[in-house]
Amino acid sequence: MRKLSVALGLATVFLASLAMAQAGKDQRRSGYQDMGPTLQKMQDDDTANPAMLYVQAGEALWTQKAGAADKSCADCHSAGSMKGVAARYPAIPPGGDRPVDLEGRINLCRTEHQKAAPFGAESEQMLDLSAYVALQSRGMPIAPPNDPRLAAFRMHGGQLFKGREGQLNLSCANCHDDNAGKKLGGATIPQAHPTGYPIYRLEWQALGSLKRRLRNCMIGMRAEPFDEDSEDYIDLELYLMDRARGMTMDAPAVRP
Amino acid sequence: MRIALFLAAVFAAAVALTALGVSAQESLRSYVIVGDAIPDSLTGEAGDAARGRAIVANRSVGLCLLCHRAPIPEERFQGDLAPDLAGAGARWSEGQLRLRLVDASRLNADTIMPPYYRLDHLQRVARNFAGKPILTARQIEDVVAYLASLKE
Ligand code: HEC
Ligand code: HEC
Ligand code: HEC
Repeated sequence: MRKLSVALGLATVFLASLAMAQAGKDQRRSGYQDMGPTLQKMQDDDTANPAMLYVQAGEALWTQKAGAADKSCADCHSAGSMKGVAARYPAIPPGGDRPVDLEGRINLCRTEHQKAAPFGAESEQMLDLSAYVALQSRGMPIAPPNDPRLAAFRMHGGQLFKGREGQLNLSCANCHDDNAGKKLGGATIPQAHPTGYPIYRLEWQALGSLKRRLRNCMIGMRAEPFDEDSEDYIDLELYLMDRARGMTMDAPAVRP
Repeated sequence: MRIALFLAAVFAAAVALTALGVSAQESLRSYVIVGDAIPDSLTGEAGDAARGRAIVANRSVGLCLLCHRAPIPEERFQGDLAPDLAGAGARWSEGQLRLRLVDASRLNADTIMPPYYRLDHLQRVARNFAGKPILTARQIEDVVAYLASLKE
């Protein structure tokens, strides 16, 4: 009898912890999970995903010598060494005192290592190369660096995410934390996890960066977008990446 | 010398007037809140419900359908972040609808409904919208007239 009650007790504890584990189940969803099966299929099939054309162009750039140093990316890096890199940016570069995003990191190599002019923030070449580098992290978990120097920048990003702005007086959180999954006009509001950048967005008919996506949302709120080279974007990206920590990278993604 | 001074004065006055003209045109009309309503029309005139319907239907003017549904069947994409506007005229008086539009944050400090006729306490407003309310006083009255007509 005593044994039975102990067994029952254990079973209850087990069931309770199982229920708790399920209640505590990760509620986060990527933009990929919010898409219909047609778009998911388009993204999953490399011969149908329009972003893969940009990746091919990026691969060509990767091996092309450039600048006064006459070096290609491939002269210093193996493609394999780029595994997981996109999943951990923004990060503080050696000798630097504030974070740069993947695009900023690529431009550091352009100017410091290739001795070449930096690419324009949303130039075709930057998109191509960042798509190629990001592809190397496909399927890997988002893993921001545990660098204590990032905390202040990330906190500022969180404030930008939660603060109201624009003529419509909305915050990013109003839509992406409080109303995700609901319909804004015809569009399902995603949770805004940056798992897939750069993305091929059907509305743009082109590959575009996370900055461009953020700028679109700010324009929608009738807020003045940050300047192209503003540090605010990087801080916001840091916050978004931390919020998406552990989620699976699906770059280069397709989005509506 | 005297003429030059006089001309300078005229010029200064003209500049001041232009500045005044602009701010007078863009500043908000004053209104009185009574309880949870603004009983009086912002323009002193009744709005036009047909024009109001067009404003509500227009995604870049009223923006209402981004969040709300409304009995406007020709607009296919309607949001679901907020109550259906059908029957709004049965639930609320014109004065209540007017305050809701002018500044919904007076009724619910955390609301996501934009303040359609308010200029203060806004951050980083885009340059092309700075200093302008989302809707003009006349547009507010048109929308009030339309909403008031939604009895079921
Ligand atoms: C009024 C609601 C709203 C607000 C406010 C808003 N967004 Fe968005 N956001 C959307 C919608 C809707 C989409 C998806 C668009 C689509 O699918 O056409 C989106 C997409 C995104 C995405 C892309 C997610 C993905 O899967 O690739 C990110 C990231 C994002 N928003 C970040 C932000 C940030 C940061 C802010 C604040 C500066 C913000 N948004 C403000 C509605 C909003
Ligand atoms: C002359 C050698 C050289 C060339 C050419 C070069 N890099 Fe680098 N790259 C480096 C070094 C060294 C680092 C390590 C950080 C540092 O010291 O700047 C680095 C770091 C990086 C990182 C960050 C890796 C991480 O783990 O954080 C990326 C991404 C990168 N490079 C991309 C590129 C791309 C894309 C190109 C071509 C446009 C390129 N690099 C060209 C030498 C080079
Ligand atoms: C960004 C989303 C958003 C937009 C845009 C918006 N509203 Fe609202 N509205 C809301 C929410 C949410 C509520 C629910 C009450 C609250 O939270 O304040 C609401 C409440 C209302 C109500 C009261 C509803 C009821 O019957 O209980 C009316 C009427 C209304 N809105 C009219 C409008 C009109 C007209 C427009 C366009 C001129 C508009 N709204 C634009 C979000 C919005």
